[in-house]
Amino acid sequence: MMKRWQAVKRLLPLMAMFALVLSGCGREDLSVLRPQGPVAQGQLDLIKLSISVMLVVMVVVFGIATYVLIKFRRKKGQDEIPEQVEGNHKLEIIWTAIPLLLVLVLAIPTIQKVFAYGENDWNNPEAVKVEVTSHQFWWEFNYPDYGVRTAQELVVPVGKKIAFQLKTNDVLHSFWVPSLGGKMDTNTEGSVNYMTLVADKADTYIGKCAELCGPSHGFMEFRVKAVDDAAFDKWVAAFSEPAVLPADTALAEKFKTNCLSCHAVGDQGGAMGPNLTGIGSRETIASILLNDISGKPGTKPTKDNLVEWLMEPQAVKPGNTMPNPKDLGFSDEEIEQIADYLANYKLDY
Amino acid sequence: MAHAHAHSHSAKRYTGIMDWLTTVDHKKIGILYLIAGGLFFGIGGIEAILIRLQLIKPMNDLVSAQVFNELITMHGTTMIFLGVMPVIFAIMNAVIPLQIGARDVAFPFLNSLGFWTFLFGGLLLNLSWIMGGAPDAGWTSYTPLSTNDYSSTHGVDFYTIGLQIAGLGTLIGGINFLATIITMRAPGMSFMRMPMFTWTAFITSAMILFAFPAVTVGLVLLSFDRLLGANFFDVAAGGSPVLWQHIFWIFGHPEVYILILPAFGIISEVVPTFSRKRLFGYSSMVFATILIAFLGFMVWAHHMFTTGLGPVANALFAIATMLIAVPTGIKIFNWLFTMWGGQIRFTSANLFAIGFVPTFVMGGVTGVMLGAAPADYQFHDTYFVVAHFHYVIVGGLVFGLFAGLHYWWPKMFGRMLNETLGKWTFWLFAIGFHMTFFVQHFLGLLGMQRRIVSYLPHQNFDELNFISTIGSILMGIGVLAFLVNVVITARKPVGAPDDPWEDGRTLEWSIPSPPPEYNFKQIPLVRGLDAFWKEKMAGNKEMTPAEPLGPIHMPSPSILPFVMSLGLFIGGLGFMFSTEDFSNSFMSLIFNKYIVLIVGLLITFGAMIARSVHDDPGYHIEVEELEGEGKA
Repeated sequence: MMKRWQAVKRLLPLMAMFALVLSGCGREDLSVLRPQGPVAQGQLDLIKLSISVMLVVMVVVFGIATYVLIKFRRKKGQDEIPEQVEGNHKLEIIWTAIPLLLVLVLAIPTIQKVFAYGENDWNNPEAVKVEVTSHQFWWEFNYPDYGVRTAQELVVPVGKKIAFQLKTNDVLHSFWVPSLGGKMDTNTEGSVNYMTLVADKADTYIGKCAELCGPSHGFMEFRVKAVDDAAFDKWVAAFSEPAVLPADTALAEKFKTNCLSCHAVGDQGGAMGPNLTGIGSRETIASILLNDISGKPGTKPTKDNLVEWLMEPQAVKPGNTMPNPKDLGFSDEEIEQIADYLANYKLDY
Repeated sequence: MAHAHAHSHSAKRYTGIMDWLTTVDHKKIGILYLIAGGLFFGIGGIEAILIRLQLIKPMNDLVSAQVFNELITMHGTTMIFLGVMPVIFAIMNAVIPLQIGARDVAFPFLNSLGFWTFLFGGLLLNLSWIMGGAPDAGWTSYTPLSTNDYSSTHGVDFYTIGLQIAGLGTLIGGINFLATIITMRAPGMSFMRMPMFTWTAFITSAMILFAFPAVTVGLVLLSFDRLLGANFFDVAAGGSPVLWQHIFWIFGHPEVYILILPAFGIISEVVPTFSRKRLFGYSSMVFATILIAFLGFMVWAHHMFTTGLGPVANALFAIATMLIAVPTGIKIFNWLFTMWGGQIRFTSANLFAIGFVPTFVMGGVTGVMLGAAPADYQFHDTYFVVAHFHYVIVGGLVFGLFAGLHYWWPKMFGRMLNETLGKWTFWLFAIGFHMTFFVQHFLGLLGMQRRIVSYLPHQNFDELNFISTIGSILMGIGVLAFLVNVVITARKPVGAPDDPWEDGRTLEWSIPSPPPEYNFKQIPLVRGLDAFWKEKMAGNKEMTPAEPLGPIHMPSPSILPFVMSLGLFIGGLGFMFSTEDFSNSFMSLIFNKYIVLIVGLLITFGAMIARSVHDDPGYHIEVEELEGEGKA
């Protein structure tokens, strides 16, 4: 009994470290280790189970290795030939059978969860449907049931199943919101994917592209904003209101002829670029310049970010397809004005 | 040289650089592989350090995003195909014929051809850096990113054509070693008496035979898409990008085992020698090796858990993946119990071998964790995966290669590497390695995806990335220590004893270091596993010969393999630039009209015809010469 307690005591610091690693690590809105929804939670449970099983294996292997390396060093003057052992059936059966057992322990929940997370909720009437289309290097979110087509910032109701349909417009990308659940590739037409996520509480979560997609792959982030039901309905309503254009009519005209050939605001414009409706309420510009409305570290005022982006898009996101506004004939002053207009284009929800 | 004695025929033998260009001697080809592999390993290492320096702090701008993608692509491709593969082939060439008691490989001419195609393929790939941009779609080159629409430089063409030519060399090498091990074992060496390294080389060669055709097909399809306007991976024309992923990983996953099995073999030689014990559970080791190879072909889709193959496929591939842990575990315990009850010596070779065991276990357990598909949805394409495969490939394979190089260096070069520097190499490399990659597990879990040129601050990534970069520099210093060791050792006179570690167990330790060009004056008779150890224990100083002393037939050197490979290199360049718009009319004439391609192929086929019509009977080393050398 005493001996067993000794072993536990020896393992305690290890377990404490383990607990520390798994508890406080990383940002709540980003880390796999701090799940904010049932999918991420279930996946983290599996990760914890596998780490535990593997730690057992490692303790055994490292233990034997340490013992052997201390006990069986060749000593000075040691010259006799050690016994040449061919093998040992009993031992060999043990270290075949126990790993098989451990694999079984891991395999059962793995299979359960593969099927659980493989379920397709696209036709589930309870779920909120979102078509995700990835582009180099931005995300398009279309809500077929609400007639809303937004970009970069996904707004979802808390606690509801969100059924995603994932596809790409160009190269392969991968849709990943670590704190809500694992990733799924966005493939080309013909191999469209489906996935379901749920956010347990109202917050904004960081999403990332997880498949190499070109120079700005690392900058292809997005946000998932989980809000309560009432706010979600309000957001849908606000989004569907007619476009707000710059007050200055000359500028509005210039904005319409240049920007709206690709972008859209409200009911006007095209769909080749990210939809800009209510961009002033979003937490990022171009997904990589952080706006101060989020209250998170490393941010700048939305307008400053917009100016930085519009002055030279290639410097912010190399390889993106947005033309440089200056090449389109916008002066520095006009860029300031556009930035000002966009920064104040907010949705109330 | 003055060796040309009059037997039935004499052959021209070269000296100096021509000797190296024409050699068909497996020992020299091994050295060539080592030099070339070392060169590419160095290039890949510099790329790695640049990657790490770029990531040392958030939003760093040491390199541009485009250059960064070229660096990661070339780092992966170079290390896998041109760095570690050739060093494996170097050791296989240097050791396998000696271990099985043969005078050379089955096809010495092919052996040379395999080396030169690999080298020219590798050079072609690396030329991309100075010819308009390196490939930038990752070493996996997923379509559509790697198609003309999204990768408009010739980078990916260098990738497809360069790897095609280099892969040809690997395939040739694999077939050669299969034939050698099946047909050329010394009398008495049954399959179950083969040294473990020979076994793993045998299984690896078999895997090469089945895996490389897949990548050959894939590269042909991709180069046809890019250069001839085919539509294999073009969705709009009915192709499928997911098809590329399947083809790539049907090759790519076995490739991982092609790499690691020889390292298992090396550990299985080094650990017994320096424990003075026979390998524990030899037959279960053989069985485990074969099982790993078999399962290695059954798990490719675990690289595609997030591709969306559906739950049935994901579940099956998850279980198959976890099962690999069982034979791998058998190996780990066998090594530990080989040391149990032995007398362990901590030479630098053995330090690397012992260091291999826990490091590889750490890579192995994260492998099982990755196999749990729903957990992999989180791990996939993050730094967790980067950490995992570096633990396996660097902590496993590269440790194994260092162990093997330190162990067989005296046999290859007749000189012992400096032990003190060897230990410095180990500690610097091992500590640097764990610093670099251990923290990357956590980076992945904290949300850092792989292949990103930079990251924003305030994501808890900064410190861990900094530690990782410092570690990579330590690893670099470790490699430099090894290079210094090589240079110092090369300046010492040849003089290593036949059995420099004193406890050599296999046939290579029964002959001089370095061995004469014919290896064995008389082919030895093998009376059991660990043939040389068995003789030593019976009180014999030498192996019992299985044949009387007689003239030894040797293959002639030939420049043709070099010429054939050069032709492929020229043809490859010609094919690659056949669609290029040149402003120069001469250039467009020779490239766009396929003249360069045709010239290259003519050179290759011409050399093949020359090889076929020229009767080359080789030459003999006469008994007097053998005896003369014996006395000297």
